[in-house]
Amino acid sequence: MGPARASLQAVLRGGAQWGLRGAPWFMLLILLAPVVLGVGLTVLPAFGYLPAIGGEGLTLNHFAALFAAPGLSHSVMVSMVSALVTPLLALLLVLLFLAAASGTRLESWMRRLVSPLLAIPHAAAAFGLAFLIAPSGLLMRWLSPSATGFSSPPDVLIVNDYWGLSLMLALTVKEIPFLLLMALAALPQIEADKRVNIARSLGYRRGLAWLLTVTPALYPLIRLPVYAVIAFASATVDVALIIGPNLPYTLSVQVLQWFNDPDLSLRFMAAAGALLQLGVTLSALLLWRGLEVVFALLGRRYALSGHRGRADSVLRGIGLLGVATAVLLSIGGVVALVLNSFAGFWRFPENLPRSWNLRAWENASLDLASPLANTLIIAVLATLIAIALVIAVLESEQRFQKRLSPSLILLYLPLIVPQIAFLFGIIVATEFLQWTPNIAMVIFAHLLFVLPYSFLALSEAYRRLDPRWSQLAATLGASQWQVFWKVRLPLLLAPCLTAMAVGFAVSISQYLASQLIGAGRVSTLTTEAVALASGGNRSIIAVWALLQAVLPMLGFMLALFVPRLVWRNRKGMRGSA
Amino acid sequence: MNAHQLHLKSVRIALQERQLLEIDAVIEAGEVLTVMGPSGAGKSSLLAYVAGFLAPAFTASGDILLDTELLNGLAAEHRRVGLLFQDPMLFPHLSVAGNLRFAIPADAQDKEAIVSQALASIGLQGFAKRDPDTLSGGQKSRVALQRLLLSQPKAVLLDEPFSRLDAHLRREVREFVFKRLREAGLPAIMVTHDREDAEAANGVVIAL
Repeated sequence: MGPARASLQAVLRGGAQWGLRGAPWFMLLILLAPVVLGVGLTVLPAFGYLPAIGGEGLTLNHFAALFAAPGLSHSVMVSMVSALVTPLLALLLVLLFLAAASGTRLESWMRRLVSPLLAIPHAAAAFGLAFLIAPSGLLMRWLSPSATGFSSPPDVLIVNDYWGLSLMLALTVKEIPFLLLMALAALPQIEADKRVNIARSLGYRRGLAWLLTVTPALYPLIRLPVYAVIAFASATVDVALIIGPNLPYTLSVQVLQWFNDPDLSLRFMAAAGALLQLGVTLSALLLWRGLEVVFALLGRRYALSGHRGRADSVLRGIGLLGVATAVLLSIGGVVALVLNSFAGFWRFPENLPRSWNLRAWENASLDLASPLANTLIIAVLATLIAIALVIAVLESEQRFQKRLSPSLILLYLPLIVPQIAFLFGIIVATEFLQWTPNIAMVIFAHLLFVLPYSFLALSEAYRRLDPRWSQLAATLGASQWQVFWKVRLPLLLAPCLTAMAVGFAVSISQYLASQLIGAGRVSTLTTEAVALASGGNRSIIAVWALLQAVLPMLGFMLALFVPRLVWRNRKGMRGSA
Repeated sequence: MNAHQLHLKSVRIALQERQLLEIDAVIEAGEVLTVMGPSGAGKSSLLAYVAGFLAPAFTASGDILLDTELLNGLAAEHRRVGLLFQDPMLFPHLSVAGNLRFAIPADAQDKEAIVSQALASIGLQGFAKRDPDTLSGGQKSRVALQRLLLSQPKAVLLDEPFSRLDAHLRREVREFVFKRLREAGLPAIMVTHDREDAEAANGVVIAL
């Protein structure tokens, strides 16, 4: 090795070392700056300042106009109720289910089911549910006319109902697997089995033993995911567009309508609405915090009372039934999508279409190329950037023996602040800078959501890896970089791929980030699918929703099978995911 | 055979103001210094200090001299101090040969031949392509030791290396390890709970 090459290598190594040191700060900057700036830049137009469209002074008029808008109070109320009911229902069912199923075969089945359920994007899941529960949906067809007596679809509003009940159902069904996964990942840390066994030996029945001893330790570990659920339920746009109320809309959808209105002056009101959305989400979180305190108090009082409970089997039954229903509705939704996508002529009470065809698929294939390419480019690049950054942050944590990583609450910030509240401000900024919306900006916007989820998916495995592996490698003469490339990364192949699959799925499911930041010019499978919601062609919608759901599923399958293939001759590497 | 000497010069290790141990010892080539004591006495932190990865929560002072070289401040990978753990810790993602090659210095000639010779010397000819997870406990221990020796260490640390083996295998592996270390002329520090290990090491015993 010549001296020039040696010194070049030294410079590179030094640079990489500094890069690692800076990685946590860089990640923090990427996650926080857009959120903080975005919210800041939403505040100005809300108070009337947006010179680009003639807003020069400060005024409260736009808030006055906002509050005078017809239907606003109902919009706010639906958003608020959905923000509280959805997580409450999902969390209760998850806890009751775990209380009933922990340590049984049911739990291990659910472990395997949870990832594919989670992989179904929100929009596809909402379409599936809508096709299932609509008056002319699959369930009604299967029950009619024998059970209901209907020979034509009943004239009731189930999907898009005024009170947002179907919206809440869709969100609950979708959030149950998410909370389940978070809880299942946290349970080993708190030695749930031991706690339950002690309580049972003191005479508590299984379900109650679990609820009284495991919940208090588990909840703090899944609190932030619960907050993310609250924020999402209060502010979702895509799910609400598909299955939520439309006379009036939920608050977030209403804000988006104002924003997209050709009348640019409505943008001021949209900004004020975005701030109101932020307020609604924060109020929901505060109220939830209050509920936490009350529940903790009641739980503690009950535990100290010494009651052994009588309704144990009822509680467990509710948990099992609730989660089973959610799983069946998810699977049923996919079935409904598949049937509709191939359906030809399908008269109402008939269980199955009378004829099948590929027309909708052929039709979609004509328009597919560009959205599919965009979707893949965005998802692959966002996933790769995110995983590289996440690994750099986690590796720097190992290398410098310090938790430099951003604390969880900061990581969760983009997931807790309503998207519309800061994406709005980012658009104000890009318009001010006269940047033409392009795919790179959309990738960056996706990164705000892909990064935190990838980090959450990988951090536990990375930190838990036995430190003796790297110590051993070092004593055998391997440098820190060799340890990283030859030991740590191969040992963590499976969790890294899982984290990438999670990131990929998160990117595919993004609607608002693509729609708003891309200014409608960057079409993805998701934006196309959601755009079809207002039209009525079920077969076409079904095709696009399925396409949207297939990609994340492929990602998770790759993450599952690649390690099995690579390590087919390495017994010690199996089950390390 | 190159004879090496390991010198611990008034080494002190403390955890948050509380002193755990103080050692002053010279270990000659082929000798084993045994350190015994209850859990939490700082045995493992002594090894971590000598190897070069003491956790930041600990504070340590004193010089570690390997022959004439001062190890303090040197990165673990430059110290030439080998380490055997309780478990054989064969890299599960590499083959048996891969594990051995990992240890061979990059500039060595004809690594293929080194590996097959090394395997032959521990009675495992033809095991090169095997998955380490399919070896027996005793075979794993031998590969782990052979891997350590291939990295050409000048001193060796043994962290309760036999405690996971059953009684019968334990004696066999122990004799094998000590014999090979003596042959290689390596000074060693062994941390153990076990009286018999200490007696078999046949060297100075420090009880904490």
